[in-house]
Amino acid sequence: MMVDNVFLALQSVDEARYIVEAIEDDNPEAKIEYQPAMMRITAPGRLTIKRSTVSEKMGRDWDPQELQLVLVTFGGNVDETDDEFTLYWGEYSKQD
Amino acid sequence: MSKRLNLKERYKHMTRLGWETTYQSMDDVFPYDTYEGIKVKDWDAWEDPFRMTMDSYWKYQGEKEKKLYAIIDAFAQNNGHTNLSDGRYLNALKLFLQGVTPLEYQAHRGFAHNGRHMRGEGARVACQMQSLDELRHAQTQIHTISHYNKHFNGFHEFPHWHDRVWYLSVPKSFFDDARTAGPFEFMIAVGFSFEYVLTNLLFVPFMSGAAFNGDLSTVTFGFSAQSDEARHMTLGLEAMKFMLEQHEDNVPIVQRWIDKWTWRGYKVLSLIAAMQDYMLPESPMSWKEAWEVYFEENGGALFNDLARYGIRPPKYLEVCAAEKDHLSHQVWGVLYNYAAPAAMHTWIPDDRKLDWLSEKYPDTFDKYYRPRFLHWREMEKQGKRFYNGSLPMLCQLCQIPMAFTEMDDFTQTCFRTSEYKDDKYHFCSDGCKDIFDYEPEKYVQAWLPVHQIYQGNCGGPTLDDVLKWYQFNVGSDNFDYVGSEDEARWNDLQGKGEKPADKSAA
Repeated sequence: MMVDNVFLALQSVDEARYIVEAIEDDNPEAKIEYQPAMMRITAPGRLTIKRSTVSEKMGRDWDPQELQLVLVTFGGNVDETDDEFTLYWGEYSKQD
Repeated sequence: MSKRLNLKERYKHMTRLGWETTYQSMDDVFPYDTYEGIKVKDWDAWEDPFRMTMDSYWKYQGEKEKKLYAIIDAFAQNNGHTNLSDGRYLNALKLFLQGVTPLEYQAHRGFAHNGRHMRGEGARVACQMQSLDELRHAQTQIHTISHYNKHFNGFHEFPHWHDRVWYLSVPKSFFDDARTAGPFEFMIAVGFSFEYVLTNLLFVPFMSGAAFNGDLSTVTFGFSAQSDEARHMTLGLEAMKFMLEQHEDNVPIVQRWIDKWTWRGYKVLSLIAAMQDYMLPESPMSWKEAWEVYFEENGGALFNDLARYGIRPPKYLEVCAAEKDHLSHQVWGVLYNYAAPAAMHTWIPDDRKLDWLSEKYPDTFDKYYRPRFLHWREMEKQGKRFYNGSLPMLCQLCQIPMAFTEMDDFTQTCFRTSEYKDDKYHFCSDGCKDIFDYEPEKYVQAWLPVHQIYQGNCGGPTLDDVLKWYQFNVGSDNFDYVGSEDEARWNDLQGKGEKPADKSAA
């Protein structure tokens, strides 16, 4: 069965570029499209943004709740903890 | 040593603040959350996946506001309106301020109501945050667009127009319908259908379009609001999953609301389709492309995911799929016909735009719509600009003029009727007729602008009387863009043409 894409759109701003870099590192199947004023990221079935990776890219501690400041829209179910923000279709399962 | 709570624990401690009432029964304290038939066994099962608490809510919203106002100030100081792609673009903003901003306020009122009346405190807290967001959106939109009101027409009486003018009754009736429903139906109408399924089609084309046309201020308020929408979408989806998980009897009720509100929202978006394809001088994507990405692809994924609850995709998707090649062209035709009683300008697209439309709509545009626009352009050249002199029949449900065609015959107006208590009611589609037939007692009360004019409730019998009652500045706010004061001001800003009269003197 074909897996549906989850997607995430972020504003084209400085903070978001680090987040996109982290997404690319942690989600090898993610695809990034650059559109007017925003970046649209799609991935099959699941996409995770990790606090540790974003913090490393930014050179400071980044809280997943800060995603609120640059988020435009998304498609998928959401789960957020102190350590990561996940979009997924289907039942949620913890993955490393 | 105290250990810091993790996000899940913080969320639990800071949202579960309710109690079982004893002086009054819970049913008296929360009188509205049972009559719709939604069965809830355990309100504690409600959880906001963002796990947003009030303290972090204030923190992040405060940051968003600071960023936004820095840009609004800079935009005003630097006369940002002079950097637009073209003066025609302003009409997209007029439609937004007149048609969408008042909906933000309606959403604020609706979520404030739900934030009081849902029995579970997790749901109440989420609704209260959304209520504040919606008020912020209304305020920031009015504040941002007020800059344009200093320089151009068609912005000045937007709340007055929203309650009276024919094309604005389309979005208004959506929210009137939602806010007079029960709290759970409101969650599906606004939280799920509008925010989750359709908001991308409203905001993303507007904001991406604004960026493409040099409107920095609108991009900024749009994205500042849109970052809240992500939380709203989550609330809408969570509300729906909560209902579906609580009891199997809820499934058919939720399914009927999904069918109803997806169709209601789709009809409201037909104005956005016209905006996107016709009002934006530079278009980043066509309506059809936006529909395919955001509704068919993303919405399709969502409905695949909901199949495990026994939910099927909304009814009439095949109609939407057929209409995507026609919708924007038919609606722009209507707006062009009725440019006299509209607080925005219309025009016939130039050749470059016509070619763009042919490229984006290869199966339909040259065959059905280009000849019509060329004919109207020819009439203009001969000094016989075509205005429709009569008032249109409106759909009793969505309130759009009967202007859509059958999808198997593009020369036939799609037209349906129902009888109720010896009166006949008219509809633009099977979807609208279905919704009426289920709850006729509600929709026979609809305030239909054209009927109201004929009943003598809108200032008088002539067009002039009605426009005065609308509080239009006739000749400034309405009619064609070409020859308008807006066009003269725009040309002057670009250093072309005659210097126009000062707006404050007009």
